[in-house]
Amino acid sequence: MKILVLIKQTPDTETKIRLTADGRNIEQGDVKYIINPYDEFAIEEALKLKEKLGTGEVVIASFGGDSSKELIIKGLAMGGDRGLLVSNAGLEGADSLGIAKVLATAINAEKADIVFCGKQAIDDDNMHVGTMAAEILGWPHVNVVTKFELNGTTARIEREVEGGQVEVYDVTLPAVFGAHKSLNTPRYASLPGIMKAKKKPFDIKSPADIGADPSVLKPKSLIKGYKYPPEKPKGKIFAGEPVEAMVEKVVKLLRDEAKII
Amino acid sequence: MKVLVFIEQRDGKIKSSAHEALTVGAKLAGNASSMAAVIVGNNVSGLTSQLAGWGADTVFVSDAPQNALYNVQNYASSVEAAIKAFSPDLILGVASPMGRDLFPRLAARLDGAILTDLTAIEGHGTGISGTKPMFSGKCLAEVSTEGAKLSFATIRQNVFAAQKPGHGNATASAVTAAAGDGRIKTIEIRKGKSAKPDLTEASLIISGGRAMANSDNFKVLNECADVIGATVGASRAAVDSGYATHDMQVGQTGKTVNPNLYIACGISGSIQHMAGMRTSKVIVAVNTDKDAPIFGVASYGIVADLFQVVPLMTQRFKDLLK
Repeated sequence: MKILVLIKQTPDTETKIRLTADGRNIEQGDVKYIINPYDEFAIEEALKLKEKLGTGEVVIASFGGDSSKELIIKGLAMGGDRGLLVSNAGLEGADSLGIAKVLATAINAEKADIVFCGKQAIDDDNMHVGTMAAEILGWPHVNVVTKFELNGTTARIEREVEGGQVEVYDVTLPAVFGAHKSLNTPRYASLPGIMKAKKKPFDIKSPADIGADPSVLKPKSLIKGYKYPPEKPKGKIFAGEPVEAMVEKVVKLLRDEAKII
Repeated sequence: MKVLVFIEQRDGKIKSSAHEALTVGAKLAGNASSMAAVIVGNNVSGLTSQLAGWGADTVFVSDAPQNALYNVQNYASSVEAAIKAFSPDLILGVASPMGRDLFPRLAARLDGAILTDLTAIEGHGTGISGTKPMFSGKCLAEVSTEGAKLSFATIRQNVFAAQKPGHGNATASAVTAAAGDGRIKTIEIRKGKSAKPDLTEASLIISGGRAMANSDNFKVLNECADVIGATVGASRAAVDSGYATHDMQVGQTGKTVNPNLYIACGISGSIQHMAGMRTSKVIVAVNTDKDAPIFGVASYGIVADLFQVVPLMTQRFKDLLK
């Protein structure tokens, strides 16, 4: 079985986002990049599946810039077999649908049987690409997956929705699954794993190399610029008084000023 | 512009957030003949009358047994049928789990532009522009679908106040869509244990951090939550330490919340936590460390031990709400 994992490079969650002076872009300089945290659950699920089946290949793939290469290698160090970077050089402004079209072409070219990705990237928070790639391929998808169990070519899937409700699905492969946090606990790369990863097969291809028409990347959904969220006015912070008195003041403010309680 | 609003229902009940989408849709459409709604389910035809006065002259209904439980194949085909029937410029919904599942599929199917989780929205000819939080709200992006022939958008819940426009006679119009090929079968939808609203929909939240020290101590927060009708959340530190379950996690790798009141107890306020709750309208912080970053975003703060503060606060709330 060929298992493909889609990953994306995102800024670390503890990164402070700074904007360029003209507000057109996000300052790249001091940003530390990581594998999108949800994608690590996708990698883990792919590795677990291969281990359970005792056979198969796990391909770690991304659409991105040169710096994505080392994150794919990190996925190989966790246990992936092969890396694929579809280069976004000159196509950095592509929107989610354009990226999904390119990745769908890659999934097709790889003849993947199953695709795992993270439920969403923590940069644009869109939850688009995995679902869109499935639609383009004519495949089923389930996103926000908290439980995955494969029996033959059918997977029993649980998906978390609001209010603690769980949707339970039977999905016929090939299909795309978006991993949520509680799906598993991603493994750490072992030292031998890290050593071996650098020697594993790795391809860097342009969208044209895999047969994607670059014109599909002309974005329809545009980002015009960025701004910071409005500053909060300074709050009323109480300290050094008896606890009863401070609680009394805050409850009164919630009642009379904020009018919430 | 012509707007089609997706009305989300579960168990035959229209979600309250659907009214937020209808309010926004009516403003963009300008008049009731330029707006339609679409509702998908089983035995849901009776719901159309509830939409009278909510801005749409037409309500498309895809009423079929296969739509009893949410299934993206069947729901996408149903909404697609309504799009074919109405030819809208914009399909508008809510960034709920269902909306965020359905809309990307439809946008890919119909090669449309899509903007997700908007906190502001404006019409421009046949396209839209708006504001969308990114990095869980660390910054806001100005986004647009100008020039697109077909746009899809979801709005963030709890941001736009629902206001009945008072026009639109919501005449039902049936649409049909063939059942999917069964490659996605919805087996069941298990109910959550809690009767409280989900964190993402809650208007009052009380959250605990690392200082909770263990899972039993969350009962202090639960008691307060029960008095004011709040939902209980947690920081990543509390979840990673096993004090709370992951579905309670607020922050960049948890839930982004937008309540009227957020009470942070023993939460220092890491960048990734604040990203998930900074748009809360009023924030109360309780922490023993006066230098904790959470006080920087707090409307009101108490520098003291949460185990002293919260029970007293619960009692005061109880007195007030008697």
